Amino acid sequence: MQIDWTAFTPIPALLGGVILGLAAALYIHLHGRLLGVSGIVGGLTKPQAGDWAWRLSFVVGLLSSPLLGGLFFDLHSVLIIDAGWGALILAGLLVGFGASYGSGCTSGHGICGLARLSARSLVATIAFMGAGFFTVFLLRHVF
Amino acid sequence: MKHSFGLLSQFAIGLIFGLGLIISGMTNPQKIIHFLDLAGNWDPSLIFVMLGGILVGLASFYLASKRTETWFGGLIQWPKSSQIDRHLIIGSLLFGVGWGIAGFCPGPAIVALGSGHEKAFVFTLMMLVGMLIYQWFGNDLKNRLH
Repeated sequence: MQIDWTAFTPIPALLGGVILGLAAALYIHLHGRLLGVSGIVGGLTKPQAGDWAWRLSFVVGLLSSPLLGGLFFDLHSVLIIDAGWGALILAGLLVGFGASYGSGCTSGHGICGLARLSARSLVATIAFMGAGFFTVFLLRHVF
Repeated sequence: MKHSFGLLSQFAIGLIFGLGLIISGMTNPQKIIHFLDLAGNWDPSLIFVMLGGILVGLASFYLASKRTETWFGGLIQWPKSSQIDRHLIIGSLLFGVGWGIAGFCPGPAIVALGSGHEKAFVFTLMMLVGMLIYQWFGNDLKNRLH
């Protein structure tokens, strides 16, 4: 293992993380729910009366964030997606299905779950990180 | 909380969360892949994102756990399940494989879609299809795997 010091950005990472934590704090104290993006979005695939408008509002907020962020960052040029179209299709299916089946993703398990010291979320985080490490190892160093 | 205020607050928190992702650099799939690439030139930034989020989360969830109601009198609902079963693990493993292939997880993908990337559009669309497939077959699969 060799740390890439030119790519490593600990200060913005920590600051961004604190902002994610603040959003999750507002979410539990204002809406009484744990902030998990896959859970919020997943409910939109079976819209039920009285249970979709709030989900959509959150998603529109996420979608709008580049408009605000774009005032400070050149966002389009710092988004580098190496995966090809076929890989993106497969990855999207796996992420959507897997996050629903495992009841959470990086936000719900990886940040909120760990922050409330949930053993369930710790297991989930170890599983998806382990799978991520293994997949990238195979794709970049074996095939 | 009034309904319209609730929707506005959802929007605002989504916006703040998206900004956090943008500032942290996690909306860039290449950065995620470089974090997951332990055998290559490793970028540990994601650890600091989680650290920041978890530290703030620890304090705020501790405070929330002392209450039963939100600031506006709504009910605080914690996730009900604490069970560690094969569904949790299989689902998380599948999610991790997809995350490793594309470098996208749900939040950053939606933010990247908002910035107008057509690849993020395709990923997000297929993510929704994956969620739909879970809606249709998830319970069946869970029963079979028991």
